[in-house]
Amino acid sequence: MSTDRDLLLRRLLGPAGPELTCEQCFDELDRYVDLEVRHDAAHADRAVPGMRAHLEGCQACHEDHESLRALVRDTGA
Amino acid sequence: MPVPVPSRPARTLDPESTGWLESLHADGPVREAAIAELHALLLRAARFEVARRRRSMGGGWDGDDLDDLALQSADDALVAVLAKLEQFRGQSRFTTWAFKFALLEASVKMRRRPWQGRELPLEPQGWPTIADRLASPAADAEQAELLSAVRRAIDDELTPHQREVLVAVALNDVPIDVLAERLGSTRGALYKTIHDARGKLRRRLEADGHTLAPATRGGS
Repeated sequence: MSTDRDLLLRRLLGPAGPELTCEQCFDELDRYVDLEVRHDAAHADRAVPGMRAHLEGCQACHEDHESLRALVRDTGA
Repeated sequence: MPVPVPSRPARTLDPESTGWLESLHADGPVREAAIAELHALLLRAARFEVARRRRSMGGGWDGDDLDDLALQSADDALVAVLAKLEQFRGQSRFTTWAFKFALLEASVKMRRRPWQGRELPLEPQGWPTIADRLASPAADAEQAELLSAVRRAIDDELTPHQREVLVAVALNDVPIDVLAERLGSTRGALYKTIHDARGKLRRRLEADGHTLAPATRGGS
């Protein structure tokens, strides 16, 4: 069961594992999204270690990732 | 952090990406036409982002203002894409690579818009009273104790700057890009501050015997 307290704790404590920086995330975001869309998330996660953890820890990068993935799917690019 | 990103093999560009690069590296009318097409592509991406955020953030937006914001985002993204063209490595399709610049410009501008002229809450606004309770009373008590321990660790372990940034972003819901603009910093620099602060909190909690979930999604 996930609660508001869970969410608050996650926001305060973030991911436990190694993660990319915001700059690395932006550099790799297009490759990561293309791999997600053409293959799947597991393939993208294997190719870009630390991306998933960063997207869990950084709300702004998480939103940018969601937008790019949605746009690529929307355009069928 | 940072995590070494594995080296990637050289990629053969797909035909569409090759076409974009050839046109943008050409001279005269061919290049001008490619730049116009690229701007249209970036404007589409910026409008996509504006529409997504407008839906998620509710009403109160002026349509003309938002179209101006999308156009400004596309203009800024075009400058960024052309300046970084030599950095495109063909690891994605060119359009995906270009899109991210327009989305970033639009998302940052949209995040800043509701905070224009507002003072940022940098001190704890009062820890939320959270009504939800877990099915197990023991688990509920454990989680409440962990939250209390986090509060103490924030007070005891963090520097004033770490506390200010973490509290503003994770507790008070200030967008990290908005805070970065006000502090004359960057998203990356503030996230590094948050990352270091989280590390301190985790070490303190573990030293005090708390069991932490292995992975979480944060709020920055």
